[in-house]
Amino acid sequence: MKTLPKERRYETLSYLPPLTDQQIDKQINYCLQMGYIPAIEFNETSEPEAYYWTMWKLPLFGATNTRSVLDEVQACRSEYGNCYIRVVGFDNVKQCQAVSFIVHKPGSNSGSSFRY
Amino acid sequence: MSYSQTQSKSGAGYDAGVQDYRLTYYAPDYTPRDTDILAAFRMTPQPGVPPEECAAAVAAESSTGTWTTVWTDLLTDMDRYRGRCYDIEPVPGEDNQYIAYVAYPLDLFEEGSVTNLLTSLVGNVFGFKALRALRLEDLRIPVAYVKTFQGPPHGIQVERDRLNKYGRPMLGCTIKPKLGLSAKNYGRAVYECLRGGLDFTKDDENINSQPFQRWRDRFLFVADAIHKSQAETGEIKGHYLNVTAATCEEMMKRAEYAKELEMPIVMHDFLTGGFTANTTLAHWCRDNGVLLHIHRAMHAVIDRQKNHGIHFRVLAKCLRLSGGDHIHTGTVVGKLEGDRAGTLGFVDLLRENYVEQDKSRGVYFTQDWASMPGVMAVASGGIHVWHMPALVEIFGDDSVLQFGGGTLGHPWGNAPGATANRVALEACVQARNEGRNLAREGGDIIREACQWSPELAAACELWKEIKFEFDTVDTI
Repeated sequence: MKTLPKERRYETLSYLPPLTDQQIDKQINYCLQMGYIPAIEFNETSEPEAYYWTMWKLPLFGATNTRSVLDEVQACRSEYGNCYIRVVGFDNVKQCQAVSFIVHKPGSNSGSSFRY
Repeated sequence: MSYSQTQSKSGAGYDAGVQDYRLTYYAPDYTPRDTDILAAFRMTPQPGVPPEECAAAVAAESSTGTWTTVWTDLLTDMDRYRGRCYDIEPVPGEDNQYIAYVAYPLDLFEEGSVTNLLTSLVGNVFGFKALRALRLEDLRIPVAYVKTFQGPPHGIQVERDRLNKYGRPMLGCTIKPKLGLSAKNYGRAVYECLRGGLDFTKDDENINSQPFQRWRDRFLFVADAIHKSQAETGEIKGHYLNVTAATCEEMMKRAEYAKELEMPIVMHDFLTGGFTANTTLAHWCRDNGVLLHIHRAMHAVIDRQKNHGIHFRVLAKCLRLSGGDHIHTGTVVGKLEGDRAGTLGFVDLLRENYVEQDKSRGVYFTQDWASMPGVMAVASGGIHVWHMPALVEIFGDDSVLQFGGGTLGHPWGNAPGATANRVALEACVQARNEGRNLAREGGDIIREACQWSPELAAACELWKEIKFEFDTVDTI
């Protein structure tokens, strides 16, 4: 038997081991397949009711391949490595956000404090 | 000017006597109007009663008819108000069963009142002697009538934005034992579930305000559990606080207190509480920014028999009109009744804006909801981690998957039980998005996640042998 440690979480896919770039690529591919518009957001904190994180540039309206999105994720990481970064997807038919998953946590490049 | 396409026969004067419904209420040439409410009844006439006569009687008894002619009939334009049976189809494979289609003029119904709609459509007619049995299978609610209802207080999109949860089904759990816990111990069970990774916990339907746990005490301890688990995990949490009560005043008092505690969601039992109470609460919920979870106790009394009663798809449509952000739909795979195609048919009717007629899924009429918000489908009852791939595949993202025993029954307790479910869910969502086939590879996906999640591995070990394989009573 084990006690569940207290851990911060970051919504969808945050109970999985941190996604590799290859796995992130597949999730972005899903967004594009579904016709969602991908975007990247970052923030210094991850309070549950901080609805708005800061947008990295503009949503990638013209994205046709995952590479262009992943490049922006990488650029955001190198500039804001001290921030939380997530990829979101907008559905302009249903007029709402449809996807959000965490792709970077502060300090996650140097010895993760996360169990998984 | 007459509003009808069939002519009234009442011009000649008053002629007392017993009504022959067939003459006036069976109208095979009638073309339904866009504004008519349409009903599909599964009808079993008494032996010897012709189907046309029986169907005419159904149309009459559920609209303007009474058993005998009355002189005051002549003071109105009955053609403007009568329901008409416009089509009868024999049910394949049944000797004496028919689907009778009835069209009702819009003027028969009060705007925005599900109570009035049902009182007319499923009132006296179900006890009518010429019928052996009668079941209301489906309703077409015309856009003109849909627009007189508020509908769900918030709907699926607003709920996701408020809770900051995207791209996956949400997870819930009903706190057990359903009766007998003190308020403080109850709040403890809630906290453990939520900190483990569930989005919601739920009051059982029969938890209202009993001697062992008064409602206000429960609300206070649950609020503490929510605030603590939210601060700890960084995710938004909720608990369906059951505000179902003996009177509307008491119900509203409990809802007001939930709002005062900043709780995101309350709960109501729409059939035992009644549509009037439900609609009142739904209006309050929109005005006050509180989500509304709907339980459906008593539904199986009404909807389980194939030849008599009301199909759940009708109750589901009525709920969407009356208002609710979640409703229980069955699981298809768990311990409770539910045919797959039929369940997915009414799940579409709850969530989508426009649903095409498809009789193989029990959808008798094309339904246009005219942008009324959708209702989240809740799958609850006898499900555990091994069911997860099938549940994600069947219900998709806009659903709440509720594991009661499947969370609380984990050998290490509620929090690890919750984590096991959340890990299984996210593994399935990730795999689905990567293009893997959940129906075929579901078992592998769960087993792979067990490699790195000890909580999931323990759950999988415990529940590996449990299956639910009974024939469903009500199939399409």
